[in-house]
Amino acid sequence: MSRYRVAVQVVPRRGLLDPQGKAVADALHTLGFGGVAEVHVGRHLVLEIDAKDENAARQQTREMCEKLLANPVTEDFEIAEVSSR
Amino acid sequence: MKFGIVTFPGSNGDYDAYQSAVEALHEDAVFLWHKDHDLQGSDVVILPGGFSYGDYLRAGAIARFSPIMQEVVQHAKRGGPVIGICNGFQIACEAGLLPGALLRNASLKFVCAPIGLRVENAATMFTSRYEAGQRILLPIAHGDGRYSADTETLDRLEGEGQVVFRYAPDPLEAQEAYNPNGSMRDIAGIINDAGNVLGLMPHPERAVDPLLGPADGLPLLESILQRVAA
Repeated sequence: MSRYRVAVQVVPRRGLLDPQGKAVADALHTLGFGGVAEVHVGRHLVLEIDAKDENAARQQTREMCEKLLANPVTEDFEIAEVSSR
Repeated sequence: MKFGIVTFPGSNGDYDAYQSAVEALHEDAVFLWHKDHDLQGSDVVILPGGFSYGDYLRAGAIARFSPIMQEVVQHAKRGGPVIGICNGFQIACEAGLLPGALLRNASLKFVCAPIGLRVENAATMFTSRYEAGQRILLPIAHGDGRYSADTETLDRLEGEGQVVFRYAPDPLEAQEAYNPNGSMRDIAGIINDAGNVLGLMPHPERAVDPLLGPADGLPLLESILQRVAA
């Protein structure tokens, strides 16, 4: 068993209205960042998982995302990083 | 008839639901703690409004895994009536009792106001005491009420009469912003395929006493009473 640090990103599904993203984009435009075309606001989760190898840690995280961490109706998730500690 | 009202940490509509059952309907009611494994013989389960588990992660996402919810899901599978109000609607969606999800209001604002609705289906066990097409006024109080689902699901809900309540403009005045949260197809409340699970964002349990304003929520409770007691 080793300990892995897994970073997960959960973002609203593309095409769904994302009022939070739009509000942030509007604020950035106000600040003069005119080049910002779109903003999507989601969640970044960092998990510390004991698993036998990196693949197992990744597999467990995927299951957690499907069951709890992301809503399959409205969100997409991406395992951004897996590193051993 | 006995109502079972689930109390999650962060529920705040549980007492309103209790009062509506006991004071307005003169029926029995019992509070069910989220860690309980027993519905205590409840005929009807109410998942009340509030902010269960602080709305952490997503509204309703964590409440769904409470011990009591496993019993509520079994009750629903047996055909037992379940009403999810506001946060309860969010929990019912997360638990897979109802399709779709409730997202942050399009305005990003928490909206607390009486709101006009149209009863779209008066042939359900929850709405038989309304007329189809009847306009009613119920209070809402939520920040995450924007009902969303894919087009196929929305078409099916509409085709099968599962859209029970819709936000609707007042016919007497031109109202542009009648939909308080940007929900798809103005959906305010839906019912499952089997017709025994209702989820809605407005609060019928907060509109049962004419002394305190419109009592348009009372017929909903009376409809259930009529059906379950029959």
